[in-house]
This record gives sequence, structure tokens and C-alpha cells, in this order.
Amino acid sequence: MQLEELTLISKEGNLETTEYFINMGPQHPSTHGVLRLVLTLDGEIIRKVEPHLGYIHRGIEKMSEADSYRQIIHLTDRMDYLSCHINNEAVCLCIEKGLQLEVSDRVKYIRTIIDELNRISSHQLWWGVMGMDLGAITTFLYGFRDRELITDIFELTCGARLTMNYNVPGGLMWDIPNGFQQKVKDFVAYFKLKLPEYDQLLSENIIFTERTKGIGVLSREDAISYGATGPTGRASGFSCDVRKTTPYMAYPFVNFKEITADEGDSLARYKVRILEMWESLSIIEQLIDNIPEGEHLATTKNVIKLPFGEFYQKVETARGEFGVYIVSEGKNIAYRVKYRSPGFSNLSALDHIARGCKIADLIAIMSTLDFVIPDIDR
Amino acid sequence: MNPEQLQSIITRIAPEAEFATEGKQFPTVVVAAPFISKLSETLRNEAGFDFLFCQSGLDYPDHMMVVYHLRQTSTGFEFVLKAKISDRQNPEVATVSHIWRTAEFHEREIYDLFGIVFTGHPDLRRIFLTDDWKGYPLRKDYSDPINLIER
Repeated sequence: MQLEELTLISKEGNLETTEYFINMGPQHPSTHGVLRLVLTLDGEIIRKVEPHLGYIHRGIEKMSEADSYRQIIHLTDRMDYLSCHINNEAVCLCIEKGLQLEVSDRVKYIRTIIDELNRISSHQLWWGVMGMDLGAITTFLYGFRDRELITDIFELTCGARLTMNYNVPGGLMWDIPNGFQQKVKDFVAYFKLKLPEYDQLLSENIIFTERTKGIGVLSREDAISYGATGPTGRASGFSCDVRKTTPYMAYPFVNFKEITADEGDSLARYKVRILEMWESLSIIEQLIDNIPEGEHLATTKNVIKLPFGEFYQKVETARGEFGVYIVSEGKNIAYRVKYRSPGFSNLSALDHIARGCKIADLIAIMSTLDFVIPDIDR
Repeated sequence: MNPEQLQSIITRIAPEAEFATEGKQFPTVVVAAPFISKLSETLRNEAGFDFLFCQSGLDYPDHMMVVYHLRQTSTGFEFVLKAKISDRQNPEVATVSHIWRTAEFHEREIYDLFGIVFTGHPDLRRIFLTDDWKGYPLRKDYSDPINLIER
């Protein structure tokens, strides 16, 4: 075909191109783990995104059917390792629900404080990595600098920095150490000064806002239908904060706002997470000076047996609604354990919101959906 | 929405549904698998249960279950719907993925690990395991001498 003819066809809009496939991942820095996406492309425009999962599938649900109730707690922090404490808490709350065991107020307060520290540290890591995905190395250093202080506090409580196992059925493994409150207060004061830096670096950056505004829009109706929860759902105007809808632990005692936005685009998801960090700081401030006296661990039997029945517990992790569904037949091991992970449902919306975007936009969308792959694969 | 209203909606479609509220965290309804197709449409479009927050499979010695945890986001009312599949050898139930889109992935997972076939599902393939995997690991009678340690 002659060049003139080609130009003519393309001017009339009749030029047909062949769709082609490209593999993104499993080893791709911006998939934050081993997630493989098969993209169907028309030029640079995404026509379809097909996630291929299972690279870190460890069969945690099957393992939970063979281990005792105390043992399965240690599997859940390996799922969403950035919300390790919150995941463990979900299992503990579910077991406590089965045992009809009420933990002391002291436990409730401490668990809530660590939950919120966990949420902040997860959002800090997300913020740092998000900037790096979009080409800003500096944010990574800033995010990890501040996150280090929280992992230090975690180390004080139970010795672990990443996959901490501080929760046990009935309370906490140990009481909080000396100087814990002062360390947390120091961190809150420090981070209140540093959080505005996050806005200066990224939120008000014109390159960043241009790359995220109006990109990957998820409507409220679709968010509910796809089961997108957490900051992803709330950025679409779906108020799904479990801390508000079914309060657990010390959340009924504190004042905080549920952050929502209406736009549903990548920038809205970004802003929701930044504002959530402020709310988390406020929750910690309300609790840290008022930790009541009491026991840190209720006495439980050596072998925990849940009564015959079904127990469901949901909590709000940094990524959304995490649910634990235990079916018990009265034995010391569960008959069936199902983990409803937020990332799995959020990922199912990816194909829908990424269609029609460019490849570079997909990176921004994936960063703001904030995936942790072990949480998806389980 | 209260449990009585829910009961009247469900018995209209599935008269033999079993209800249980006593001592349960959520009101629980057990229906036979063939009712799911009609029931899910009514629950979503007329009763306003717009959020399927958990969908799981359950394997018993003589039957299988698909468990739907549903929420009405306008009121926060939640209940559990269970589809009982009597044929354990060839388990089949209608898909709900066109009603709650989140079910598309959840049903693929249940198919992968339990072998329950969701009729009408747009893309029913294994999701975690490789395509040539033999058997369905979350079934109670699954055995794999190489990868599974018996206790």
C-alpha cells in the first residue's frame, strides 16, 4: 500500500490495527510482588487486563484446617504483611467471639493503638512506593525514614518488626513495655510535622496530579458491586469503614471521621489515604494517655475448642475489609476457615477501571489500589 | 429490613427454605442450589442487597455448600445465604457474577479449590493453581502424597 493511501485511510478513521498482548510481571517493580497481568493492547490503549494469580498461593486456608486455633494466627500476618497486627486481631476476635470471651479495656486500647500505627506504617510505605512508581525516588526515602520509627515501636512490643505476633486469643502476648507511651507520643509529635512534607512533595506536584486526576475512575455503584472496600471504596463515595459500621475494640470510644471522596479516580484514592493518616494520628492521641489499668491477657484453656457453629469477624485493615469466617464442629481445629481478603476483591475491579487507559496510567491505577500480593493469593 | 421481611421475600421464591436466627451471628437461610439464580436477582434488585462481602465454599461428606454473605449497604442489614448442592460428585450452581461482579473472582476461586461448577460464569478457569492440577485441594477427601503432610 502506498503511503498516500495509508494517510488517507487513517484520516478517515478506518485504519485498523491488530490487538496484541503484553505480559506485565510477574517480576515487575510496580506490581509490588509477583502479580502477572496480561494486557490486551490496541496501540498503547488498554483493551483488557487479565490478572494471573497464584504465584504466592500457599494454601493458607487448607493449612488452617490442619492447625490448632493458636497456630492459625501466625499464618494471617503472612497474608497482608503490612497490616499484620490487624489481620491477627481479626482471627483473635473471631476466636474470642466463639469462646464468648470479653477482653479487658486495656487490651482494647492497646490493640487499637497498634492497629492505627500499623495503618500509618502501611500508608507510609504505600506513599513512598507510589511516588517511586511514578518516577519520584525521593518519596521512597521519606516514606521509609518515617516508617522506621513505627517498626521500632513494634520491635519494643513483641520483638518482630514486620510480621509481628502480638495478639493471642484473650489479649496480648505481653504487656506494653516501659516507655511505650512516650515513644508513641514522640512519634505522633514527629510525624505531625512530617506529614505536611508529604503534601509538599507529591500532593501538590503538578506532574503527579496530572498523572492521577481523572485516571481509573471507579463509580460508587461499581465499587459496591466489585466489593471494593477500604480507601479504594471510600474514594468512590462508598462508606464502608468497618470501624464505623460495626465498631470493634476501642473504636466506639474515640472520635474520628470516615474519610470519603466522590471522584473515584486515582487522585481521590491518594487523598483519602493521606487524610486517613491524620485521622489515625488523632485516634492514637485520644487513646495513648488513657490506657486503663487491667490484665493484658485473659485466662484461656490450653487447648482452645470453639463450640459448634459459625463465626464471622470483619476488621478494617489498611487495604479494606478483612473477614475471617470460621466453621467449627466443636473440635480443637476448625472445619473450614475462609479469609475474605480486601486485595482480592479490589483486584477484580482492575480490569473494569483500566480499560481505555494508557499503559503508564495502569501503573498509577495499580499504585493507588495498593495491592499486597500475598493478601490476594493467600 | 428485618428477618421477618427477609423471610417473606425468600419463601415467595423458595418455599422450602430453612431459616435460623436463634443463637446465630447473622440470620441464616439454607436453600437448594437451583433456587439461587432467581433468588439472587430478587435479593439484589428488589430487596437491595447490593454488597456480596464474602462468598465461600464448604465441603461436607454428603453435600456441598456455597455460602453468600450479603449486606444491604443502605441499612447495614446482613444475612447469610447458603446454597445446598446435594450432588457431591458433580456439584453445580448458577453463577451470580452478573449480579454481584465481585463473584466473578470468588467463583473462580471456589471452582479452583472445590470443583464446584458455576453455570453461566463468563470465564470459569482455575485462578490460583496451574491448569493441569489434579483434584480440588479444599475438598475433605483430597489427598496428595507429595505435597500434603498427613497428621
